[in-house]
This record gives sequence, structure tokens and C-alpha cells, in this order.
Amino acid sequence: MQMADREVLLEVKNLHVTFGKGKKKFEAIKDVSFKIYKGETFGLVGESGSGKTTIGRAIMRINEVTSGEILFKGKRINGKISKDWDREITQKIQMIFQDPMASLNERAKVDYIISEGLINTKKYSSEKERQEKVRNALLQVGLLPEFASRFPHEFSGGQRQRIGIARALVMEPEFIIADEPISALDVSIRAQVLNLLTQLQQKNNLTYLFIAHDLSIVRFFTDRTAVIYKGRIVELAETEKLFSNPIHPYTRALLSAVPEPNPYKERSKKVEIYDPSQHNYEKMPPSFVELEEGHFVLANEEEIARYRETKNMVVSV
Amino acid sequence: MVETKEKILSIKNLVIKFKLRGQVLTAIRDISLDLYKGESLAIVGESGSGKSVLVKSIIGLLEKNGYIDQGKILYGNYDLAQFKTEKDWLKIRGKEIAMVTQDPMTSLNPLKTIGKQIEEAVVLHQGLKGKEAYEKVLQLLRDVGIDDVEKRYKQYPHEFSGGMRQRIVIAIAIACNPKILICDEPTTALDVTIQAQILQLLKNLQEKYELTTIYITHDLGVVAKVADRIAVMYAGDIIEFGKTEEIFFNAKHPYTWALISSLPQLGEKGKELYSIKGTPPNLFKEIKGDAFAPRNPYALKIDYVERPPYFKVSDTHYAKTWLLHPNAPKVEPPEILKKFFKEGRQYANG
Repeated sequence: MQMADREVLLEVKNLHVTFGKGKKKFEAIKDVSFKIYKGETFGLVGESGSGKTTIGRAIMRINEVTSGEILFKGKRINGKISKDWDREITQKIQMIFQDPMASLNERAKVDYIISEGLINTKKYSSEKERQEKVRNALLQVGLLPEFASRFPHEFSGGQRQRIGIARALVMEPEFIIADEPISALDVSIRAQVLNLLTQLQQKNNLTYLFIAHDLSIVRFFTDRTAVIYKGRIVELAETEKLFSNPIHPYTRALLSAVPEPNPYKERSKKVEIYDPSQHNYEKMPPSFVELEEGHFVLANEEEIARYRETKNMVVSV
Repeated sequence: MVETKEKILSIKNLVIKFKLRGQVLTAIRDISLDLYKGESLAIVGESGSGKSVLVKSIIGLLEKNGYIDQGKILYGNYDLAQFKTEKDWLKIRGKEIAMVTQDPMTSLNPLKTIGKQIEEAVVLHQGLKGKEAYEKVLQLLRDVGIDDVEKRYKQYPHEFSGGMRQRIVIAIAIACNPKILICDEPTTALDVTIQAQILQLLKNLQEKYELTTIYITHDLGVVAKVADRIAVMYAGDIIEFGKTEEIFFNAKHPYTWALISSLPQLGEKGKELYSIKGTPPNLFKEIKGDAFAPRNPYALKIDYVERPPYFKVSDTHYAKTWLLHPNAPKVEPPEILKKFFKEGRQYANG
């Protein structure tokens, strides 16, 4: 499908997020822009401290935006917005957290945990309807409706993450931000939760922003991927393209560092190391350019010329 | 790879139990395992499989409510399973067998300079003093890849990044020239690029210090990078072990199959990723037959009745599954796995 024809669900435009003031000022996000199309899974990868979670939190309106815009269905959601719009996006944009042990209130029953959002937005007309919604949410994530009367500690890590997903689903969202949703889980449970997310996406027509550091999962799960380094997106492309033909040296270093389940390959592999001082950005500042259709790279003019020349170079990673 | 087949540590019929709220949990169910000098063994398994308990028993760090019920852990002239007091363990821990743990944030003392922390180990175990001890610390810091060592010596843990802290933890572990180094998820808390550097460092040190290493991990990518041999654990038992290539490309136990199949690298976009149904067994109860049977689509009747013994696949490769019995029906691994095996072997042949 042509990118241009697709409906843009969420757009981030020249986003800056700065923490602190004066001497202690820290720019967590520097001029980040991207679009997420309806129905796709957009991956955001980076190492700890890169700012990937800050972007998610800015969209959730947990972190204040310093400058720039975040648009949902073409309408601005950051800064001052009307009450109705505020209520609508509170419902339409939901989040799934990393650690199912920490993100559920230990003192609340599952019933309350799942319906807290409903109660806050008064999204039901009767107690019966509320219960029905909780029941449905539990069934959708593969849990029994009876679980509603239990406490989080009675569940395993995988089940707790399902509760976390049910809590998001009950709001009937269109857009879900999943911040490392399976990092804390065991290998076999990861597969179960990933499969569940795929099913839910197809059934409920969801769009995902998938924030992760595990590249093998990003490759399997996402349609397009943005790589973020120190608060800037350095490369963005269709996931397969990004993995088969990474251009930015940081992306290449990151991909080469991912251990693969093949001992023969691993023993002979050479890991590339990214040296940020290789860029001559003082003299020639970089911009975010589209090198080929849908494939964006942060680079200055000199680098663009070089990347264009070597664009077809195949990288084995 | 191990050329000399000299055993450095031998675990024999080990059973470890825990007392928990008046109940008894069997965490390790009759495990035997040999560790060869100079090799790098990876123990793979999910949480609760007993991999951490197993290595903690080797270094005397079992939780207070855990105890060795049966079996031997032979190291040199000692049977470590008989060790009772801290004094016994001080003969072994650090000097002979050392450990690097997962989280470098919690394994260092935040109130002491890192130089002093490494020096502690050097002074205690090697009896070095003053300038000698100081020089030794600087040498260790250089060995683990830290620059500007005189300045770094005087710094506190919070002044280091996660990867650097893990390097310091490694320096402490190798300070007393141990024979065996246990690495318990050494890179789980780190970023991939840092992970690659730390794994490379451990490999280099293994050579330089002639270490025998045991890695505990759930990440098969890490295993592929570092291990000569793999032992796969499930429900307190080693259900399959062999050379790394044998486990990756000729696995025989359905649990090992399932573990490899659920790797996202084997998944096809838009399709379901293979996942193991159900949950691991309750270790408070006695397990009858093959512990994996209830989750095993290939389970035979006998799997529910009798625990399988090890069947030999090669001189170095054994698996505990009845499927290898001569009378068992012929069962092929799942299609995606057959493809993975084939590609892997092809890669080996160029």
C-alpha cells in the first residue's frame, strides 16, 4: 500500500521534551517527528536513556511537551485542549506497562483494576453494564471472568500482564502504547502475550506503538521501526528494510550487537561499535531526510551523498 | 573447546529442597552433571526451573530455608554438599569458585570507592598489603577494560554506568584467581551494545585466567555466543545436555524444541509465534513420569507413568525423553524447527 494513501492516526511533529531548567537542563527529546498509520504496529527501539519511554509518556500526556505538536486524528492533543477532546483521547489512547508486578495495585481486586478507567470517565450506564465490560475484557485476554474477584498476587507474571492488557482494552481504545510489554516475562510466556497482542490488533482494529529494546522481537512484531539515540530518531523505515539494509552507523552497531541463536554465526561475528564523534555536525548540521521511499535517516549533506552511493550495499546482520 | 576431558566439578544425584510455610518444595530433582576444565557451560531454563538454585548450591549461597537433601558436589578433595558452616565455604568461595550476578546496581557497596571494594577481595584472599594490593587492583581494573585506573580507583559506584559497574563486579570476581566463574544472567540488565562488550570481555578473561565458566541465562542468543556446552533445565531437572551445536541444531527433547521454536527469530510475521501451552508443574507436589508431559504435544503414555532416563544421542549429547527409546514411535520435530536445524547445519558446512 502507498504510504500517502493511508490514514495517519497519530503524528508527532518536531517534538522537544526538556527536563529541568538553567544549568540542570536536560534535553530528553530533540526534534522528533514521525507518523503512525492506522492499523499498523510502529516500533520504537533504543537503549536505556535514549528517550523512547519519554516519547510514549509525552503521547500519554504524562510528560509535558516543551515544544512541538502531537496530533491524534489530525487534532492536537498536547497543551491546552477542550474538555470533551481530553475525555475522548483519555479513552482512545491507552497504555500497557512493562512490569506486571509493579503496575497493578496490590490492594485492589482485579475487578476494580480493570474498571478504574471506566469509573473515571463514567463510560457505563449501569453497574450491570460495567460488570459486563469487565467480563468481556477478561475473556478477550484469555482469562476467566471469575478472576475479577481476586487480587493481583494470586496471578503469575503472564496472567498479570494479561490483566494489564484487559485494563487497556476495557476502554475500547484505538491506539495502544505498549512500553516493553514482554521484557519482564519468560521466553515461553512472551510468545503467548505477543500472540495475544496480534489477535487483539486484528479483532479490535488497534494501532500499536511498541516500545522495546529487544530487536529480535521488534523485527517479528512491528511493521515500521524508528531507532532512537540520545533523544533523536536516527533512522526510520519499514522494519524489514531497516533490518536488511541499515544505513545509520548507530543502527548498524545496534543490529550487529544482537546475539542470534546460531553458534556458528555468533562465534565469527564482529560487533560494530558506534563512535558518535565520526559525524562532523558542528560545521554541517544534520537533518532528517528521506533517502528512499519511507526510509528516513538523520544525516548531513556530506553523509547523505555517501549513503546514497553505498545504499545498495548489503549488510549481513 | 575442551580437549582435555578433565573434570573440575562433579555433581552426583543432587536433590535440593526448600521448606516454605510448612510445606516442602523440591527445587532440584536428582541432577548429575560434570563440568570440564576450561569449558564454558550454559545452563538454560525459565524462571523456576532451578538453574539459579543449582549454581547457588555450588558456591554455598542457598537461601536459609533451602538444603541439600541428597547427593554430592565433588570439587578437588571436597564434597561441597557436606559443607555446613560459613568457615567451610570460605575455603572455596571467591578463591576457587566465584560468581558474577545479574544486577551490578545491587552487588556493589554504594558507600565505598570501587578501588577499596576490589582491594578487600585482594587483601582477604591473597594476603597482599599496601602498595602491592593497590598495584594489583589497578592491574585488575585494566584487565576488565577500564581506562584511567588511578582516577577510577577513587570513584564511587554511582559514578559509573551500568556496563562499567558490571566490569567492576567482574574484577572483584576474578581478583582471587578462581578456577570456576559462575555468571548468573551477567548481561540481562544491560543494553545490547554493552552486553556484546561484556560477553567479549568474559570470553577474553576466560582465556587469560584459564577459567572454567558456567553461564546461567534464558537468552539463547547469548548462549550461542559464549557456550561450548548447554544443559537445558526444566522443573528441577536437566532434561537435555550436549555441545552447543548439538542442542541448537539436533535437539531431541520436546521441551528444547519448544524453547527454540518460541524464539521470535523463527516466527513468521503476521502469524502466531509458537508458544508452549500451560504452566510448569507445581514443585510442592511429587512429579510422576516426565515433568513436561502435560504440556508436551508428543507425550506418550509412559511419560505419565515413568520418569525417562538419559538416552544417548552422541558421546557428548544426552536427552531425557522416552521418544528416544527404540520402541517409541518415530516423531519428527515441528516443521519450523526442521527448517532451522537444516539452515544451521548448512551454515556450519559453509
